[in-house]
Amino acid sequence: MNGLTAEFTLDHGDFRLDVRIEGPARGVLGIFGPSGSGKTTLLRCLAGLEKHARGYLRVGDMLWHHDAQRIFVPPHKRAIGYVFQDGRLFPHLSVQDNLQFGARRSSQAHDPSVWQRTVELLGIGHLLQRHPHNLSGGEQQRVAIGRALLRQPCLLLMDEPMASLDAQRKAEILPYLEALHQELSIPLMYVTHSVDEIVHLADHLILMSNGRIQAAGALLDILPRLDLPLAHTTDASVALETTVADHEPRYQLTRLQFDGGELSVAQHDAAVGGKVRVLIQARDVSLARSRATDSSVLNILEATIEDIAHENGGRTLVRMRAGSAPLLARITRKSFDRMQLMPGMRIYAQIKSIALSN
Amino acid sequence: MNWTPLWITLKLATISSIVLLLIGTPLAWWLARTRVRFKAAIEAVVALPLVLPPTVLGFYLLIGLAPDGVIGGPWRALTGHGLAFTFAGLVLGSVLYSLPFVVQPLQNTFETVGDRWIEAAATLGAGTLDRFVSVVLPMARSGFITAVTLGFAHTVGEFGVVLMIGGNIPDKTQVVSIAIYDHVEALEYSQAHLLSAGLLLFSFAALFLVYRLNRRWRTVVGR
Repeated sequence: MNGLTAEFTLDHGDFRLDVRIEGPARGVLGIFGPSGSGKTTLLRCLAGLEKHARGYLRVGDMLWHHDAQRIFVPPHKRAIGYVFQDGRLFPHLSVQDNLQFGARRSSQAHDPSVWQRTVELLGIGHLLQRHPHNLSGGEQQRVAIGRALLRQPCLLLMDEPMASLDAQRKAEILPYLEALHQELSIPLMYVTHSVDEIVHLADHLILMSNGRIQAAGALLDILPRLDLPLAHTTDASVALETTVADHEPRYQLTRLQFDGGELSVAQHDAAVGGKVRVLIQARDVSLARSRATDSSVLNILEATIEDIAHENGGRTLVRMRAGSAPLLARITRKSFDRMQLMPGMRIYAQIKSIALSN
Repeated sequence: MNWTPLWITLKLATISSIVLLLIGTPLAWWLARTRVRFKAAIEAVVALPLVLPPTVLGFYLLIGLAPDGVIGGPWRALTGHGLAFTFAGLVLGSVLYSLPFVVQPLQNTFETVGDRWIEAAATLGAGTLDRFVSVVLPMARSGFITAVTLGFAHTVGEFGVVLMIGGNIPDKTQVVSIAIYDHVEALEYSQAHLLSAGLLLFSFAALFLVYRLNRRWRTVVGR
């Protein structure tokens, strides 16, 4: 199946959505931006919930919307799964009936193994007889995701599914979404304003601002760009694709390789040769002019400074490249001046903490 | 003891409630969702019976139901019968008089249900009618119960409109509220007592049952 192409304009009072997007045939497309930037409106246009949007939408070989050709497929005839920010489980139905609501109306033949897999993947088997008001926020969102999946859609849309959850519930649901990411063979458009969710889940990224698209591309390319807002958030991170080199059981460590060097992380169960995505936050990286031999920091990468941006609060963001991989370090302006850093300089990046994402 | 007025009252209230639901549901649904400018005017018309003395409504109905009136004329041409002083005329009067009691709770419920679940149902593949039947109706259940109860009770309790357009014809249009009035006028207090107590007990029992059911459903739905 081909990917997705869409173009929409929509006026809502003094807000105007004006976007053109292309999405891959599978994988997670993150849509990131501040509130009011039009993320949800874009998702609603894709679902057909905004009747007055002008433009077109093609998903695979299906044309769902083309106002020049007077084509508008209503939402109930689009094979979409939509997860709302507030879940919107039907309060008068049990979890089981909520899950079946979309499954029964799906054009796909009922497949008990899909049901089985979905219920298992989301860990909701023990909730089936309950009613939505007896579920925690995290459980409700898991059921809402299951309900959307069981519709067996061609396109999955999620509108900040974790925005209403506290940190603990988020941590509880994120692994399910990561597992889903592995299983999905359809595109997932994931709206969020959380950098953390983006770096864990997205493959591609669209940055939105004031109803327009500010930047779009692969996650790994967008994250380190100093001209874009992601690098300037407190959670600013880079993601690296690495390969498992070997395990060091004696130290309970796993060594990961990429073309900029090697990283040691807490022992990981991936097999040697397996792919692992690691996340490195800018605030966890410090810089040194020479390779420290007396430091407890295990991961030190040699890199070249590419770009520098001074931020408010006396901090400076430094972008480097280790091999072909970008790195970000957030240091104080004072250290920056004392070290007399400048683009082109060789530097050692000391990485204090690395997060893994499957 | 003549129980016919009680029977006529119940028949009138039942038929009126059914007609009220059939008219009130689409009207309330439309009012809850429309954004047209004259919505306020329609709402005001529906609410008029709340503020008008029943005699005013009854007076206009009497004129409208007359054989040459705006309703009575066409009705006569269509059916060959008049409408004034008939049971059908009473149903029409009751429906108009009780309309706000049915439309307002329904409109409130529909507004409360809102677009959220309707949109969710649409993204799950439910078409327009399917959404109404499988999502809106069950979620609006307590609103329907309130509407039917109020419509029914209000019709049972009506006096002024019936007095104006019913003609107080025994065994045909004499409802219990008027029968009681007649008994009191004639100083037949024992009959008045019996009918009054009968109506009181019936009304209490009906309301009690409805609220019991409603509470149980509320608990199930959890709202």
